[in-house]
Amino acid sequence: MSVLIFIELDNGSIKKTSLETVAYGAKVAAQVNGKAVVLAIGDASSAELEKAGHYGAEKVLHAAGEKLAHENSLAYADVLVQASAQEQSQIIVLPKSGLGDAIAARAAARLKAGVVSGVTALPETEGTFKVTRSIFTGKAFATTEIKSEIKFLVVRKNAIEIDEAGLNTAGATIEPFSPALRDADFQANVVDVEKASGELSLTEAEIIVSGGRGMKGPEHWQALLDLASALGAATGCSKPVSDLDWRPHHEHIGQTGIKVAPNLYIACGISGAIQHLAGVNGSKCIVVINKDPEAPFFKSADYGVVGDVFEILPRLTAAAKAIR
Amino acid sequence: MKILVCITNVPDTTSKITFTDNNTRLNKAGVQYIIGPYDDYALARGVELKEKTGGTLTVLHVGEADAEPQIRKALAIGADDAIRINAEPLDSYFTAVQIAAIAREENYDLILMGRESIDYNSGVVHGMVGEMLGINSYSPVMKLELEGSTATITREIDGGKEILKANLPLVLGCQEPIAEWKIPNMRGIMTARTKPLKVVEPVATEEMSAPVAYSLPAPKGACKMIPAAEAETLIRLLQTEAKVL
Ligand SMILES: Cc1cc2nc3c(=O)[nH]c(=O)nc-3n(C[C@H](O)[C@H](O)[C@H](O)COP(=O)(O)OP(=O)(O)OC[C@H]3O[C@@H](n4cnc5c(N)ncnc54)[C@H](O)[C@@H]3O)c2cc1C
Ligand SMILES: Nc1ncnc2c1ncn2[C@@H]1O[C@H](COP(=O)(O)O)[C@@H](O)[C@H]1O
Repeated sequence: MSVLIFIELDNGSIKKTSLETVAYGAKVAAQVNGKAVVLAIGDASSAELEKAGHYGAEKVLHAAGEKLAHENSLAYADVLVQASAQEQSQIIVLPKSGLGDAIAARAAARLKAGVVSGVTALPETEGTFKVTRSIFTGKAFATTEIKSEIKFLVVRKNAIEIDEAGLNTAGATIEPFSPALRDADFQANVVDVEKASGELSLTEAEIIVSGGRGMKGPEHWQALLDLASALGAATGCSKPVSDLDWRPHHEHIGQTGIKVAPNLYIACGISGAIQHLAGVNGSKCIVVINKDPEAPFFKSADYGVVGDVFEILPRLTAAAKAIR
Repeated sequence: MKILVCITNVPDTTSKITFTDNNTRLNKAGVQYIIGPYDDYALARGVELKEKTGGTLTVLHVGEADAEPQIRKALAIGADDAIRINAEPLDSYFTAVQIAAIAREENYDLILMGRESIDYNSGVVHGMVGEMLGINSYSPVMKLELEGSTATITREIDGGKEILKANLPLVLGCQEPIAEWKIPNMRGIMTARTKPLKVVEPVATEEMSAPVAYSLPAPKGACKMIPAAEAETLIRLLQTEAKVL
């Protein structure tokens, strides 16, 4: 019996959130006396994949090749089904993301398995199998029993603490995996991919500096970008900001945008509407800068500054540069 | 063109969430229910495509009778008829089996859903239905154009977007800006009253998972306010106290 852990690759590197997923899966494997096996699909060097061992994986199955180089949830789900059969996996762990959910959905339908998406903690594996997930966009939790023989867990960022100092020194063994590919999974034709290159991805970022309508217009964003660059942070925005085209749509955070869970979220001129909070309530620490002391965001914040963003931001940038 | 739009019936985004029966059931008292916001995008685009292609649009909900006002609203927005599968949907697999059972009989060209339901936020029902029907599924879709039986789909990916062409039939999970939400007009509301709403019993299937208890997050501690004049100290506190820098 094994725990199969799907990881996401980005330009040949394991995504940071996926390393967390590996650590999570390895802990589950230890709980059930199983083997932690990672499945990596796409191009990556062996040296990179061995890193999964530091987070507790014994082995990495690596499926590469031209057809699998581009993200394809249909083909990836099929590969995962084949890997789970080979490894006799009863628990399958994936990172919470568009890709993680899509693969889990298709593979679980094939394997007749229950899926719990948005998992926030390790499962209870003695007796009935139970796991806790986030529901109502972070407003509550549900403890869910999974009754099927095979169980899919799609795990949120920050579901477990990782002790970076206590990582294994040994790397994982890498085993090439050559699944049979079905033509039907390659029926769609990818015409174009537009990706902001060199930008830190919001879902991966440890720090996010985000701006709202209080930033007054795209021409004022430099002050926010400066603080982000001083902190090594990604940048985000509220919905009206992307609706007004001040910032690109993929930066929009909240209920109808991206959900993020950084260590530090700095909100500049964002009122803190419930739909915005829905996207940030997984953050470890929230800082709010707003000129209105009554702004609802302060109720959800850890630190607050009442003041004018245009006056505060350059001073925070200078202070951040001083400690780096 | 036969289009199916699957809608959820969920608490309004601003609702306060509480539980009853020893934290085993959602407290529905005083909660305003709505069509899931992503499902509303799917519905809006579905109505546009139906009008453009001269097709039909059926709206489907797996859930109990208290969803009927929301189903009627979807009819008022432009769906031709509706199906309600009479069961409490507590498990994605169960829900997907029910949707797939209807879809197998009706052979829809396009099945539109929301990217995720805002109660369970799973984002898995579309992929499951796609797999159960043996057809392709994509999510989250920001733009959808049809030309004959080919769909051009703009999909959000991490840090950007991907444009792909795929043949119908398809299952798609939708999000903005695929279409503007539609508000029912008076004529729509009047005609919706007499449009067919069929209630069917669920097909038998195994229950793969079930929620057993609910809880609320621990209350947040008070926000530490830093005077604007000393804003610089924030950086030091983030480093030494919060330990996030
Ligand atoms: C179904 C639905 C889904 C939604 N989804 C989302 C979502 O995913 N994400 C999202 O963000 N919103 C979403 N919204 C919109 C949301 O309700 C709010 O309207 C939005 O978040 C407000 O954005 P804002 O805080 O930038 O703007 P505002 O509410 O206009 O707030 C601007 C803030 O800036 C402050 N300010 C102004 N000038 C300054 C200054 N010089 N210095 C400091 N502070 C200043 C003001 O005091 C104010 O608090 C959704 C709404 C609905 C109905
Ligand atoms: N009970 C339901 N009835 C009809 N459609 C549903 C139901 N649950 C989920 N869906 C559809 O599946 C999408 C994704 O839901 P989920 O996987 O629960 O996040 C939703 O946006 C709906 O379009």
